[in-house]
Amino acid sequence: MTSVIEVSGLHKAFGSTQVLRGIDLTVDSGEVVCVIGPSGSGKSTLLRCVNLLERPDVGKVVVGGTDLTDPDADIDRARRRIGMVFQGFNLFSHLTVLDNLTIAQRKVLRRDRSEAEHTARHNLARVRLADREQAMPAQLSGGQQQRAAIARALSMDPEVMLFDEPTSALDPELVGDVLGVMRQLADDGMTMLVVTHEMQFAREVADTVLFMDGGLVVEQGPPTQVIGAPQQERTRSFLARVLHPL
Amino acid sequence: MALTGRQRRSAGRAAQYLLLVAAVVTLALMANWGDLQRGFFDLAVAAAQFPDIVTTALINTVVYTAVGFSFAFLLGLVLALMRLSSVGPYRWIAAAYVELFRGLPALLVFIAFGFGVPIAFHLRFTTLSTVMLALGLVGAAYIAETLRAGIQAVPTGQIEAARSLGMSPGRAMVSIVIPQAFRIVLPSLTNELILLVKDSSLVYLLGLTGAQYELAKFGRDAMNTSPTLTPVVVSGLCYLIITIPLSYLSRSLERRGGAAARTPEVLA
Ligand SMILES: Nc1ncnc2c1ncn2[C@@H]1O[C@H](COP(=O)(O)OP(=O)(O)OP(=O)(O)O)[C@@H](O)[C@H]1O
Ligand SMILES: [Mg+2]
Repeated sequence: MTSVIEVSGLHKAFGSTQVLRGIDLTVDSGEVVCVIGPSGSGKSTLLRCVNLLERPDVGKVVVGGTDLTDPDADIDRARRRIGMVFQGFNLFSHLTVLDNLTIAQRKVLRRDRSEAEHTARHNLARVRLADREQAMPAQLSGGQQQRAAIARALSMDPEVMLFDEPTSALDPELVGDVLGVMRQLADDGMTMLVVTHEMQFAREVADTVLFMDGGLVVEQGPPTQVIGAPQQERTRSFLARVLHPL
Repeated sequence: MALTGRQRRSAGRAAQYLLLVAAVVTLALMANWGDLQRGFFDLAVAAAQFPDIVTTALINTVVYTAVGFSFAFLLGLVLALMRLSSVGPYRWIAAAYVELFRGLPALLVFIAFGFGVPIAFHLRFTTLSTVMLALGLVGAAYIAETLRAGIQAVPTGQIEAARSLGMSPGRAMVSIVIPQAFRIVLPSLTNELILLVKDSSLVYLLGLTGAQYELAKFGRDAMNTSPTLTPVVVSGLCYLIITIPLSYLSRSLERRGGAAARTPEVLA
């Protein structure tokens, strides 16, 4: 199997706070990797280092064969192949849903309008928003906004999708729709790196689960092992807190 | 007998109304209405201002303001981007420009342009391009600050989303940040347009021919032939015809912007 993401020896500090202290991570083509761990453990920072929204201090990030940590790497070009979905949706607030999906296709990939709209509509249908293409983001529910954001990333035909707690900002009754779309994506064979607190999702959809704490990968393996039968004490106490909060 | 809180409040309000009525009545009795009307608003003199005050002066004021504002907007945008640049000297130049032109009276800038620049550079600008430069240079300083604040008010998440889709910093600025910043500052820009309408009255310093008169100069000039304040009052009313709708526009834009931000998440 070919690996889409290869991270090795990744370190990142903000000022004097060491946030990542040596992360190694491989995501193979078609694989779904879920990252779990307590707040502040560096999950978002890891994800943001993968598409260089944060520049790593030490270590290597290779995506689709391109070394992004090479100072000469064309980051903008590499990012076209890396879809990212944010906790706060970040739909472009001045554009309709359809324009949100077409703008980067047209300005970055130089697709013409009809091709961009065709791709956009195909992806809106995938996230079950075909009827809302003329809506403004503020007119959509959080769940609809997040599905539109997923469709926006998909419209660039990425090789891999990064998700940073995509359902954490949603009302509980809207979480299912978004997770459903992500599950469908995984079934379609998309390569995915997902930071999540949804243990049920990780258990059922992930091929590999990675538990992070204090800027290190503490434990990784199939969900049956990491969530079902954790080997490390830190993993066990984290899961106990997440699965049985009361 | 002690008053309750509510009684005390309504007594206080009644006293204020009484004071107001007394002041108005006193002024009305003191004023010489006949003289006032002849001095400030003589109907015959007012009628004599038309149609020139509209076909020449009002139109010139609008044209001067429009060219000045267009130039001010473009230069202001460049200055705002310079202030946010990662290149130090750009930031310093823009900051110095803003401080200089915000700190100087527009009057001085106009004098400098009317007399200094042609002498210094042996250039003869047309009146319209001098107006455009002088009004634009003054307006740009304010618009630059407004646009800079607007650009900085665009949430970073919008920029990160744009970059994560492969947009370059410049592309993200043009396609995502500036359109949103523009929406944010539209009410303030309208206010700056109002200021520029009024500053356009300084154009007289450039030395105008009759056909180039704008409202203020037209009014003052008409006072020479009919020595009452009426022409100035009429020209003032013409300014208000421009500025009051703009100020309503600004306020309704502000309200609409606020409403959009407050739109409930679920409308679907
Ligand atoms: N831009 C930044 N500047 C300074 N400190 C930062 C920055 N981004 C993150 N941090 C710090 O790095 C640490 C890890 O942050 P990170 O967002 O990666 O954690 P996380 O695992 O995603 O947590 P959460 O589950 O709360 O999202 C935190 O202590 C955070 O305060
Ligand atoms: Mg996070």
